Amino acid sequence: MNLTLYVWRQSGPDEPGRLEQYEAWEITPDMSFLEMLDVVNEGLIKSGKEPIAFDHDCREGICGMCSQVINGVPHGPQKKTTVCQLHMRHFKDGDTLYIEPWRSRAFPVIKDLIVDRSALDRIIQAGGYISVHTGGVPDADAVLIPKADADTAMDAAECIGCGACVAACPNGSAMLFTAAKVAHLATLPQGRVEAARRVCVMTEAMLKEGFGSCSNHYECQAVCPKGISVQFIAKLNREFIKASFKKAGSY
Amino acid sequence: MRFLESPVGRKLVMTVSGLSMIGFVIIHLLGNTSLYYGADSINAYAKALHGLPPLLWGFRLVMLIMVSLHVFYGISLTLENRGAKTGKYAVRENVRSTFAGRSMIWTGLFIGAFIIYHLLHFTFQVIDPGTAASGHADALGRPDVFMMVVLNFRRLAVSSLYVCAMAALGLHLLHSLQSAFQTMGLSSDRTLPVIVRAGALAALLISLGYAAFPLSVLAGIIR
Repeated sequence: MNLTLYVWRQSGPDEPGRLEQYEAWEITPDMSFLEMLDVVNEGLIKSGKEPIAFDHDCREGICGMCSQVINGVPHGPQKKTTVCQLHMRHFKDGDTLYIEPWRSRAFPVIKDLIVDRSALDRIIQAGGYISVHTGGVPDADAVLIPKADADTAMDAAECIGCGACVAACPNGSAMLFTAAKVAHLATLPQGRVEAARRVCVMTEAMLKEGFGSCSNHYECQAVCPKGISVQFIAKLNREFIKASFKKAGSY
Repeated sequence: MRFLESPVGRKLVMTVSGLSMIGFVIIHLLGNTSLYYGADSINAYAKALHGLPPLLWGFRLVMLIMVSLHVFYGISLTLENRGAKTGKYAVRENVRSTFAGRSMIWTGLFIGAFIIYHLLHFTFQVIDPGTAASGHADALGRPDVFMMVVLNFRRLAVSSLYVCAMAALGLHLLHSLQSAFQTMGLSSDRTLPVIVRAGALAALLISLGYAAFPLSVLAGIIR
């Protein structure tokens, strides 16, 4: 199959960017989207042109590195699928595809389709962890966790931190990401201890990084490659309300 | 971090102020249904309300505070959220968000402008003094609210404006009711679809209920 691509090219963070047209020839339906771009890049390199820069790592849908908005949807048209696991069989011969980077003030473009997502790491650094003493290994099942809670925590922990939620949000908000981390830890007994402090410092960090706030459009859940639910945002809000009733400085 | 600096805290202020306004809107709607029972009914209702000045002004003061908070944080959060995006996508597909949700700021501003007009029109009665209830007493010497409402709603331009404003209110509520539950943390995967539908039904009932007043006057049902 042959495709026409319009790809965002930007040589550096402070350079102006623009969409450039490329032709992708002889693409097979079994290729992944990134393999299709690899083919285009080989052609560009052979003709002495600068290849398209894009993020990728595991190419098996679990690392959260690939980050492309395809025809206006982060990670493209296939639900619960990262760009690397999106296969060309979901497109037709002759299709025109627009490929753009995540657009958010907190994610500056480094080059072409690569954005700097360290802002998400700094939200985690603010409080997305539990403080535990090192020492002897505790007995298995010393802390009993109901199956339902373990499942909920695992659902939230599925977040791979790709940032598609931010890219899709009309407000450029990182609420789904932050909520997944807050809910994951607050659901488990080990995470409850610091739950109040965590929700406050992580939402504060989100604001400082320049992300918007949530206005409940739920675009984030619709594009999330892991299908993280917006019910975790409701959970974050509950945790925040609970934390607000605690004595100042008590966390 | 102080509550009002937090993105979630400010959203909670939006929610609480918004819900109190919805409470007012429902009470106001129920009170207005006295129009269907004729002049005596609504004029007596208006007189009773104005017979308790401390309650009336206390209520108005609370509503003024709620509206001010809602407008202030609505505009400031919208501006902040716009600032969080850099440039637009060349192609953009909305997968789940709704027109009602994305146009909250515009329906909100329109409703805000309408509230000012409506207060000047029917509460302070300065827009059209010729039909003002304060200047015309009914047979029992009460301000003739019924006559004021009917004379104004018989004008197609006035009625159209009220109906448009209620359409905007309906759109605004369509998003805001489910949004309020989510912001207060009262929704989950199981309840959100129900809340979205119930919110849409409530939004429809409220906006149709209000739009029915000018339409009933135009249709000659209230006269």
